[in-house]
Order: sequence, then structure tokens, then C-alpha cells
Amino acid sequence: MKRTFDTEKKLYTLALLVQDIPGVLSQVARLFSRKGYNIESIVSGESSQPGMTRITIVIQGDELMVNQIAAQCRKLIPVQVVKILEEDTSIQREFAMIKVMAVDRNTRDEVIQMANIFRANIIDVSRETLTVAVFGDKSKTSAFIKLMGDFGILEMAKTGTLAIERGRSALCDDNKLREEYNYGKNVL
Amino acid sequence: MKVRATQAILECLLEQDVDTVFGYPGGTILNLYDELYRYQDKIKHILTAHEQGAAHAADGYARSTGKVGVCFATSGPGATNLTTGIATAYMDSSPVVFITCNVSEELLGKDSFQEVDITGIAMPITKATYLVRDPQTIPDIMRQAFAVAATGRPGPVLIDFLKNVTALNQTIDYEFIHWSENRNTSSIRRLAVSHGLKAPEPDLGDVEKLVEMIGQAQRPLLICGGGVVRGRAHEEFRALAERLDAPVAITVMGGGGFPGGHPLTTGMIGMHGSQASNVACNECDLLIAVGCRFSDRVALQPDTFASQAKIVQIDIDRSEIDKNVLTDHHIIGSAKRVLALLNERVPQYSHPEWKERILSLKEERQEGTGDRLTPSQILTAIHKAAPSGAIVSTDVGQHQMWSIQHFHFDYPGQLLTSGGFGTMGFGLGAAIGAQVGNPDKVVIHATGDGCFRMNCHELATVQYYHLPIITVVFNNGTLGMVRQWQHLIYKEHYSQTTLDRGPDFVKLAQAYGLKGRRVTNRAEMEQALQEALSCGCGYVIDCQVDIDEMVRPMVPGGAHITDFLLK
Ligand SMILES: Cc1ncc(C[n+]2csc(CCOP(=O)(O)OP(=O)(O)O)c2C)c(N)n1
Repeated sequence: MKRTFDTEKKLYTLALLVQDIPGVLSQVARLFSRKGYNIESIVSGESSQPGMTRITIVIQGDELMVNQIAAQCRKLIPVQVVKILEEDTSIQREFAMIKVMAVDRNTRDEVIQMANIFRANIIDVSRETLTVAVFGDKSKTSAFIKLMGDFGILEMAKTGTLAIERGRSALCDDNKLREEYNYGKNVL
Repeated sequence: MKVRATQAILECLLEQDVDTVFGYPGGTILNLYDELYRYQDKIKHILTAHEQGAAHAADGYARSTGKVGVCFATSGPGATNLTTGIATAYMDSSPVVFITCNVSEELLGKDSFQEVDITGIAMPITKATYLVRDPQTIPDIMRQAFAVAATGRPGPVLIDFLKNVTALNQTIDYEFIHWSENRNTSSIRRLAVSHGLKAPEPDLGDVEKLVEMIGQAQRPLLICGGGVVRGRAHEEFRALAERLDAPVAITVMGGGGFPGGHPLTTGMIGMHGSQASNVACNECDLLIAVGCRFSDRVALQPDTFASQAKIVQIDIDRSEIDKNVLTDHHIIGSAKRVLALLNERVPQYSHPEWKERILSLKEERQEGTGDRLTPSQILTAIHKAAPSGAIVSTDVGQHQMWSIQHFHFDYPGQLLTSGGFGTMGFGLGAAIGAQVGNPDKVVIHATGDGCFRMNCHELATVQYYHLPIITVVFNNGTLGMVRQWQHLIYKEHYSQTTLDRGPDFVKLAQAYGLKGRRVTNRAEMEQALQEALSCGCGYVIDCQVDIDEMVRPMVPGGAHITDFLLK
């Protein structure tokens, strides 16, 4: 039976474990532009293994296209694992710092109230501004940013999505697909 | 042991049994060439006329010998001149290690003279690139580069050394370890371990499943792709074909993977595929493709490709599965190993009716009898005159398709052609590499008048190294393949394809110190070939061919595989 694929375009989250060597991030990012895929967000940082970096990428696409891009990523020599994370079996979070205009006392109170509701923190105060840090899944941060927009956002710094699987599952788990990819990379 | 860094680089080539490199020197690579001067007894360097020629030569050397090709170039323009050659090798999975040198560390990133980010440029057209900034890493990187180029799905790798790394007063710790032993000692081992690699062994369950599918099939078809050639799996492939008693269609890259004259073969498949191949693909109920990526020149219309069949892909590269055509089953592994496992399990089958249906579609080629020399006559003459194992390298265009359709290729590396990238100018460079790597074989370079102009300066290399390459120019006075499309699809608007211009190819050959002859009919062609085969030097045969000759059959791009525009 031919495999069937979901043709609806939606957001997919890819988690990669790569060797921490110069140029590896650009090598990965270039694959996406080369194939004409748009990266919604990309986050790169330490992993639990020394010398390895964990990259989380969110892209818009259909299933076949996401499989293909994951396959291309897996072929890069410094890339150890690529996994497409499912929305319902993984936890996704992002973090934003938002500097809002809050010149008078009323506005300040309102901002602080909103922040409390969203469990966001005031991390800096000046005469004219408040800086709020919010952490949560995409719907939460988006909603909060939208609300803050009413007060006038002076600037904002936000990460892309970070993701990790629920339960015992981990990126490095052995599976047949991973082995199949590694044949092509075998250097022995 | 302490050795010069440059010495370590060349010793690492010797570890890999490299005795020949192709290249072109320049400012930043002077140190390495100085070392090469000391190693001239051990490593032969072929100086080409242009870096692109060197790249194609290293590629042709690799394809024809099965070894890894090596190519040197300097920074900046030297490096960028390689890029077409690198991409050509990448698209056809040919193992070549490209070595370039860049400016010194202190000049890096300052737009210094002849500085270019070649590792960045080459990234999408190589399996891996390495920028070497620390001389101590030379042995590790060299060993890893060769391992990466040659193993798994082969392909080009580029190593860029900063000039200061190769400084002649730079010494490093180095110990010679032959490649057969260094896989356990160097970073290769670490790389393998970090990827959790095990000895690559195909999944037996997947193999058994295919055995079962074969048992149920009434109308099986095999496709011989480039993976059979690169994996040198021709014997195993042939054994399976005979066991299955199934027709075999061959892709452009698969030429040499299955004997061209074998009764089971239906010839080329795809855009210029034979009736028999394309119809078989449309009517089969099981299609087993070995080392074939179903490119748009093969699976012209992916949605209707082999629509009655269960499609099975055997490939070493998992990312090829379901890339262009959705499959029903796949086996991941080297063609040689997977086919061997299948052969142990598949009994002898017989499919007389199906075979009869397909093989009866095979046609004899029309020779053409008029006074004008036809492509067929040229190829028949070559076929008769040249020894059977002769290597054929082609450029890109009509002459390429005619050559592949006409000749019978019997072993991997006998056909050298740029199937994936379609690089005009590949042929002469590849022929040089092939002749250097196979001094005892006859090498024929089939080219068009357009392609030959792109790289004919390499005749200087042919002359200097006494390479008896026979260049056969299908001189139709046009960019024939483009003209054919203009004729069929663009209402005969022959926009910028007519080549009514010099040079005189015979005089050109003579100017380079070679022999040449213009031929206009079959008898002259036969004489010219005799001269060429006996003269012991490079020879150019300028064949006058009609401007309106076409490649037949033809299915236009994107059309259903049996919707022939030309039969
Ligand atoms: C470097 C490069 N430029 C352009 C093309 C497009 N192209 C493909 S075939 C062809 C015509 C080749 O003409 P010629 O060498 O005369 O061969 P013929 O088709 O006549 O046999 C051209 C221009 C190409 N494949 N490669």
C-alpha cells in the first residue's frame, strides 16, 4: 500500500540534535531556504550532551514536505537526530520580553493586572515604561502580546518555540527510521 | 613523528592509495604545490587548462576506476571555477575530494585578494565541507573526508585549508595509518559512534516482504539506476533479473549496471526511453527500482507513474524514498548487499507472456542509407571499430542520448555522462580522468559542437599527457537538443541555437598538436576511426550531421510516460 500523507498545511515542529561545530546552524537553515521552505521560528541552544546543540525549528507545510525536509536534514554529517514532534505528545513553550509604554499610574496598574493574570513578571521599570516577561505556549504568549499592544509596545524580544516530548520518549531513542537514515551516513 | 603540515596532507593522500591528482596551482596553494614537488615520484599531478576541467577529470577518474578522485585548486577564482564540477559530481553521487587553500587566518573575512567563502558556496553541492584552521586537525579531517566521500551514498567533499595552516614551517604530529586501518583510530570512529552507527545491514523483514511481493507478481519490471553502478552491484543485479525473468529498463545513470545487449533489457527509460521500457513501466504490476531516484527525466509524471504497479525502491539513501514518487515498499541498504540477500531467497521464475509482450516492442535502430552521415551510422561505426570494453564519455544534448541509446554498456564505469546536472563541457574533462585512470582502455569522447566549444581547451591536456582520447564531434551546426525543443514546442523559433561559426575543429586539433579529420559519410568515418585508433595520440573526428536530426523517441517533460511526442 502506498503511504498516504496529510496534505493540509499546518505548523510542524522539528527537533534536531547536531554537533556543535562552526557553521552547523547555517548549514541546517540553508536547507530550508534551498527547498523554498519558510522557517516560522528557530531556536538553538545547549543540549544535555556535551558538544551537542539542540535546534528546534517550526515550519509551515504539509506532511510530505516536512518529511522531506527532515530527511534532508538527517543527511548532513553533523546532524545526529531529527524528529518531527507531534503536537499532542510534546510540550511547546516560548518566552517574550515586552517593553510597554506606561506613563500614568492607571496604565501601570492595568499592565500589572494583566501580567498577573498571565503569570507574567515585571522585570524592569522606568518612569515611562514597564518591561514584562511572559512564558508559555504560543496561544498564551500571542494573546498576552496582543493585549499589551493596546498600551503601546516600545519593543519586544521573543524566542521561537522550544519543544520537548512528554513522558519517557527522547530524541535519541533508537527506532527503525533512525537506523535507516544512518546507513546512508555510515563511514565504516 | 613531527612532519610538515603540507607533508601530512600528502601523506594522508598516500594513506588512501591516491597516486594521481588533478589540479591547478595559485597563490594560496603554493605551499602545497611546493610539497608536491618533493612528492612527485609518489603522486602524479595532472595540470589541466582550467579548474573546471580538473574537477570533471577527477570525477571521470572516480567514476571509471571506482576510487576516490582528488582535485586541487587555489582560492577565489580557482575555487569558484570548481563549482560546476563539484555540482556535477554531487548530482551523480561521484566520490571526489576537492582540496582548496584559502587566505591566511589574519586576512580571513576582510575581502582579501582572492578570498572567497568556498566552504559556504560548496555547502549545498557537497556531502560535507571542512574549513581547516588548526594544522593539528589535518589527519583527522583528511581521513574523515575520504571516508565520507567514499562510503554510504558516495559524493564530493571539499576541504579548504587556510594558507597559514600549510605554512612550510608548520609542523604537526603525524603517523601514517593506511585507510584500511585508520577507521578505528581517527575521528571517523568517533563520528560513527556519535551517530550510533552499526554495520549497515538491510532489514531482513523488509527483504522477506519483497520476496513475497515478487512471488505474487505476474508482470515484474526492474529498473537499473545509478546506485547499481556506484555500488558496483552489476553481477548481483543481473542474477536477480535472470531469476525474476523480468524485463530490465535502464536509466541514464544506470548505464553499465546491466549488460546493454542482454536479452532481458528494454533499454533506456524516461524522456528518451524506448517504447518497450516506457510501456513496460506503464503495464507492470511490480516495479523494483534499484538505486534510482525517479527524477523528472524518468518519472515524467509522478502521479501516473507505474500506476498499475506496486512500487518498491531499493536505495542506500533513505531520503530518496517517497521523494519523487510514492512507493509501496522500500529496502534501505547498499545495492550489492540487498540484491545478494534477495538472490539467496528468490526462486527461479518464468514470465513468458509478459516478456513477450514487452520485448516484442523492442525496435531495431534505423541506420539511414543516404549520403549524409547519420548519428546512427557514426555510432555503429564506433561500435564496430572500438574494442568492446571501450569507455564512452559524453557531453550533454542529442549526441548524449544517441550514444546512450545506441551503445551497449556492460560494466560500471564504462559510460561517463552527466545525467543529474546535465553539464555541457563535462565530456572531455571526464575522458581525461578516465584515460589517466585506465591507460590500457580506449576512451571515446562523444560530444556536440556546442559542448565541445565549452571545454575544448582541455585538448592541451590531452596533448601534453599523450592521452589517446578519440573525440567524436556530432557537428550539426546547432545546439541540437535545444533546437529540438524549439522545433517541437516553440513553433520553430530557433532563438540563439544556430552555431554557424568557427572554429574549424580539425584545425583546432592541429593547433593543439593533435590529429583530426572532417568526415561526411560512413566510409570516411570508418577510415577516420582506424586512423584514430592507431595513431596513439588524441584525435578529433568532426562529423558533419544534418541540423534537423532528432532524438527519438521523446516524451515531453511532465507528460505521461507513454504519451510519445515522437516515436
Ligand atoms: C553548461 C550548460 N549550459 C546550457 C545547457 C543547456 N543545454 C542542454 S543541451 C544543449 C545543447 C548542446 O548542444 P551540442 O553540444 O551542439 O549538442 P547536440 O544537442 O547538438 O548534440 C544546451 C545548450 C547545459 N545543459 N549546460
